[in-house]
Amino acid sequence: MATYDFIFDSLGLRGWCGDADDGTAGGPMTMEQLLAGGAKAQPAEETFGLSDVWNLPFPSLDALNAACPSVARTRDMTRGVEQSFLAVKDGLKVVLDPLTQPLSWLLEGALYLFQWTPWWLMIPILALVVFYASKSARLVGFVVGALCFLAFIDHYSFAMQTLSIIFVCACLCVLIGVPIGIAMSRSDGLQRAMIPVLDMLQTLPTFVYLIPLIFLFSVTEPKLYGIAIILYAIVPVIRLTDLGIRLVDKEVIEAADAFGMTDRQKLYGVEIPLALPNIMAGVNQTIMMSLAMVVIASLVSAPGLGVLVLRGIRNLELGVGLVAGLGIVLLAVILDRVTKAALARVNAASSLPRH
Amino acid sequence: MSKTTRISIRNLYKIFGADPERALGLVRNGVGKADLLKKHGHVLGLKDINVDMGSGDITVIMGLSGSGKSTLIRHVNRLIEPTAGEIVVDGEDVLRYDAERLRDMRRKQMSMVFQHFALLPHRTVRDNAGMAQAVRGIDRKDYERDAEKWLDRVGLGGQGHQYPHQLSGGMQQRVGIARALTSNSPIMLMDEAFSALDPLIRTDMQDLLLELQGELHKTIVFISHDLDEAMKLADHLVILKDGAVVQQGEPQEILLHPNDPYIVDFISDINRARVLRVRSVMEPGAPDPEEGVAGEVDADDTLESVIARSGGDTSHSFRVMQGGRRVGVLNMQKLVRALVPTRAAEGGMRKRAT
Repeated sequence: MATYDFIFDSLGLRGWCGDADDGTAGGPMTMEQLLAGGAKAQPAEETFGLSDVWNLPFPSLDALNAACPSVARTRDMTRGVEQSFLAVKDGLKVVLDPLTQPLSWLLEGALYLFQWTPWWLMIPILALVVFYASKSARLVGFVVGALCFLAFIDHYSFAMQTLSIIFVCACLCVLIGVPIGIAMSRSDGLQRAMIPVLDMLQTLPTFVYLIPLIFLFSVTEPKLYGIAIILYAIVPVIRLTDLGIRLVDKEVIEAADAFGMTDRQKLYGVEIPLALPNIMAGVNQTIMMSLAMVVIASLVSAPGLGVLVLRGIRNLELGVGLVAGLGIVLLAVILDRVTKAALARVNAASSLPRH
Repeated sequence: MSKTTRISIRNLYKIFGADPERALGLVRNGVGKADLLKKHGHVLGLKDINVDMGSGDITVIMGLSGSGKSTLIRHVNRLIEPTAGEIVVDGEDVLRYDAERLRDMRRKQMSMVFQHFALLPHRTVRDNAGMAQAVRGIDRKDYERDAEKWLDRVGLGGQGHQYPHQLSGGMQQRVGIARALTSNSPIMLMDEAFSALDPLIRTDMQDLLLELQGELHKTIVFISHDLDEAMKLADHLVILKDGAVVQQGEPQEILLHPNDPYIVDFISDINRARVLRVRSVMEPGAPDPEEGVAGEVDADDTLESVIARSGGDTSHSFRVMQGGRRVGVLNMQKLVRALVPTRAAEGGMRKRAT
């Protein structure tokens, strides 16, 4: 006898439940049933003791199912979720596949470009970019030194793969995230709607959205990890763009209106420049989060240093994993320092007026 | 100075809240500001404002914080939309303008100076000064020349390459004024433009404004909470209290004949000798007294300067001249009486309150 028999009995639903003692009214067998089957049914004791109250099960799907087989079990529910996802999957694929195909091309192109460019050209180019962004010779020296070290220990091509993926994903995050952030700053309604979505993207364990992505796209496609990285890393740039534009001095906006600026002039001439320090802080965060995700994404075939880390874990090759981890730290420090230096320059150029 | 009306505000109401139209009906039926807030949850911003601002005049709108003066000035260029009323600029109702026409008016007719300067921190001083013309789409070359000219005029020659945060507060506000002047607009709105500055710098800026106004004859709407500043600058003074006009008119007239205890209280602290002019206390057209006059004074001299000339002797009289013509006689005893604040014996409202 199950604990919750009385509910169905008192509601007169016994007939709807069917044969109560059958217990296996279709659906997959649970581990419990299997064990119970093995142990063979003990005679049910009808006495009602204190321990029964203490061990009273929550009226969950499984507990109710024990009393009435017509109630679905939790297993059936998760199965239902799976079935419905699989049912819409094909339709979703028709829409999403062409939409995300450019991402695959971009990632493949960037991977090819970063690896095709010989090291003696790539390192100076990166040094130039760093110099342009930071105007700091010391930082350029550090970056060149770190890259040469990575190359010296034969991690250069892995590092370039990682870098190219971050490059593509961070650029797309900015391209998509900044307009979303601007739209959010314009509309309180959109902001209210977006904040839970952003919270969810930021708190969902990364593996959780890797699972449906694996079903949607083939693991061999670069866009699979591209989407995973972008979803994870886009949040800070959206948040900080929204925040930055909302924080622009109201009086300056009034001045822009008072002198007859159009919305476009106001956006490009006032709001974005004044929000730039915040937007850049968001970009910095986005890049750092892409790096974090690109390592995890090696589980779904993202190339780069993450692959080595994964090899370290899978084959228990301690040294390989540790050295690859060091390489990731080096890349992180490089990316962080360069974006922070760029941010500092932006800050210096547009300090707030003294009040 | 022509005395045609340039900006005319008619029956202007502004109510902040969820349903201003309904609240407007209540206000028109005599519900007061405090009741409207407590019982109906609406804030009465402005109540039945009627002000005419003369072309080429400085109209000062004065009141304590919360009296609605900043709200009022923002109605002139429609940074705030009124609940009811008319704002007529150069004979046209601004409220009828569509977005395009409104923008055009803001670009060409009006410029604004802000309390906290509201300069663009990422642009140079020169770019800030030229902002109004840049917004209109004028070439950088052309507006930079104008910007430099006006920066020079407000005393910032050679600072054009600096960024606003490199300048002191007073200098930043000079940029704000240069920006308004560079727009070449006939109307200037100044929202507490000097309130954030140190007293000494504020006096400098007031002198600068008067000097510029002497040449340019713009129509200036100036917001202030400082009576000395208002008295110094105003051709026409409007005193606001709780969103309504308490008294308006020539500042000397208000000082000598305040019509409300609120204003009496306001003006009780002012240095009347420095603010009042000879023309306000003289006997117009009176003949020279029999004992003769001690000298001639100008109708626009302050009483302070006359007291200095008389050496404190109250038995003298002075002949008052204006533009070379004799317009009246100033009796020193009358002058001294005028220095006593109106209804001083009753004490100010503050005194009675304590």
